[in-house]
Amino acid sequence: MTESSCELSPELLKKLLYEMLYIRLVEEEIAMVYPEQEMRCPVHLSIGQEAIAAGICAHLSPEDVVLSNHRSHGHYLAKGGSLRRMIAEIYGRKTGCCNGKSGSMHLIDLSQGFLGAVPIVGSCIPIATGVAFGTKLKKQDAITTVFFGDGTVEEGVFHESLNFASLKKLPIVFICENNFFSVYSPLSVRQPPGREICSLAKSHGIESFQGDGNNVLEVYQLMKTAIEIIRSGNGPVFLELKTYRWREHCGPDYDNNIGYRTEDEFNAWKKRCPIETFTDYLLSNKILDQQALQDMTREIMKIVEESFRFARESPFPGPEILMKDIYRS
Amino acid sequence: MTRELHLYEAIREAIDQCMQDDPSVYIFGLGVPDPKGIFGTTLGLQQKFGRDRVMDMPCAENAMTGVAIGSALVGLRPIITHQRVDFALLSMDQIVNQAAKWHYMFSGQKSVPLVIRMIIGRGWGQGPQHAQSLESWFAHIPGLKVVAPTTPYDAKGLLIASVRDNNPVIFFEHRWLHNISGDVPKESYTVPIGKGKIVLEGTDVTIVTFSYMVLESMKAAEFLKERGIHCEIIDLRTLRPLDTEIFLSSVQKTGRLVVVDNDWKTGGIGAEIVSTVVENNIQCLKEPPQRIGFPECPSPTSPALSVIYYPRAKDIVKVIMHVMRREISDSEIPSMHAGPLDIPDISFTGPF
Repeated sequence: MTESSCELSPELLKKLLYEMLYIRLVEEEIAMVYPEQEMRCPVHLSIGQEAIAAGICAHLSPEDVVLSNHRSHGHYLAKGGSLRRMIAEIYGRKTGCCNGKSGSMHLIDLSQGFLGAVPIVGSCIPIATGVAFGTKLKKQDAITTVFFGDGTVEEGVFHESLNFASLKKLPIVFICENNFFSVYSPLSVRQPPGREICSLAKSHGIESFQGDGNNVLEVYQLMKTAIEIIRSGNGPVFLELKTYRWREHCGPDYDNNIGYRTEDEFNAWKKRCPIETFTDYLLSNKILDQQALQDMTREIMKIVEESFRFARESPFPGPEILMKDIYRS
Repeated sequence: MTRELHLYEAIREAIDQCMQDDPSVYIFGLGVPDPKGIFGTTLGLQQKFGRDRVMDMPCAENAMTGVAIGSALVGLRPIITHQRVDFALLSMDQIVNQAAKWHYMFSGQKSVPLVIRMIIGRGWGQGPQHAQSLESWFAHIPGLKVVAPTTPYDAKGLLIASVRDNNPVIFFEHRWLHNISGDVPKESYTVPIGKGKIVLEGTDVTIVTFSYMVLESMKAAEFLKERGIHCEIIDLRTLRPLDTEIFLSSVQKTGRLVVVDNDWKTGGIGAEIVSTVVENNIQCLKEPPQRIGFPECPSPTSPALSVIYYPRAKDIVKVIMHVMRREISDSEIPSMHAGPLDIPDISFTGPF
């Protein structure tokens, strides 16, 4: 861990661990129940990438806006999104955040500033840019953050959006979670070698940083820097954070044996588990003890169990929901 | 109080008044602040409202449509302008996947009050990629509203209605209508979205049409009246939601239906009209319905080709005579068009 972590309070450090553990336990519960075939929509789990969501969102208030993509559970939860409504949505229930209309790939919680997640790769980026643009025009203080993966930087709309954000000096942080894979395609077949993703943003005239996405304190510090730059009127900022997806692209299983990546590679990244490494750090620096860790885990599991129970007991949307809200009157 | 305005002036006035009335309205597009002001429709607006609200944009239709959507989500009301429908195709993801669906998929929590003006090119050899209308593509999508006014009065009223609507509205403007004149009230007013208009009453045949083809249909009807055939012409004005009531009751009266489309026949708006009539009231039809549309090829550039590409009053007359089981030879039908056929009138000197 970095020396600068000693500036952070024990409360904040424990909160960062809590957020990551919370995401991990929720996602593992989803993975566990998914074979029951009652969660009938695609799920893209955040397991392994929790540090990014936790480290970034720790800086954000409900007035700050976050948009995301198909792999948004971590971002949604770290932003304070309702767990009950997320799980109910994945179960397709009326009590879900979208009344069951949209499932895992379209989460929203306006009360916490999670403005929406959409799965068309790249589509959330110009929308987030527009949110920042509107915010700036209205002279408001909110910061907009948008999360996307490494594949997204290959889309034209990514460059169009960064060009405009740079032109207008918008208050937006672009977060690229580089987990090296776009479904089964490794970076090497999609992007030229020797060219870092953050250099793409630099060439649009945007302040860009690269970091270890599995080190929650490094993520936290990078976001702190990003926000300072934006508050001084010199936005936008681009962060490329390197990480690794543990489970398959879509679904609950591990797939290290089907040929597109190796068990060895996975194990090397597993050793760099953002939660384990940070837990070790907190334990060895006596910021946390085993008892507190167990209490934390127990507390989270209570919330998780309650939310899953709530979702499973919730009714499905009735036929009257089908034709509702196509238009706003 | 009304006075005569060109349609392009009526559009400009609508934008001006919307922006005066509501500070959240802003407009952008390639060429919006240009000296030519998008065929006159945006002249002087940047000087009046400033660069923040009347904005030029990078050449990035896809992202800028997303930017408009994002800004709408936080309370602004954007008007995007595309000088050609064809350019908007670069932004189909944002229009169809995002704008049209945001309100539904997030269960009513956020709406996208967005207007996209799309100008239909025609004439002076605009060619295959500067002359498409594709209105049926957009009218196909739940979550979008689609309007296509013909008259200056309707253009101003429908544009104001579109800006005030809380949903994404695709606003089709036809290049050949920009220079027509008509009475337009000075004050701000709306024309309801979703309502067609009977522009000519008749008893023998119902012509359902919209946009520029209303003008060609009127010329055809004038000629046919002298031969004792009385056409009823319906200007749809809105393509989604379609005013089915207006043309169903008209065909109930006349028993004959001719649809004059502004695009290719296959999968066009005409297909929707005919199906609706057949599904609801096939018994009222005395003759099979007919559709007039463009030949199944891209719009050609050479004037020699474009004159045989675009249907006009003459072609409408022939189809109606056929539906009325009357004979007429080609030579009996006058041109009904002054000057060269690849321009609407002599004021249209191209090149764009």
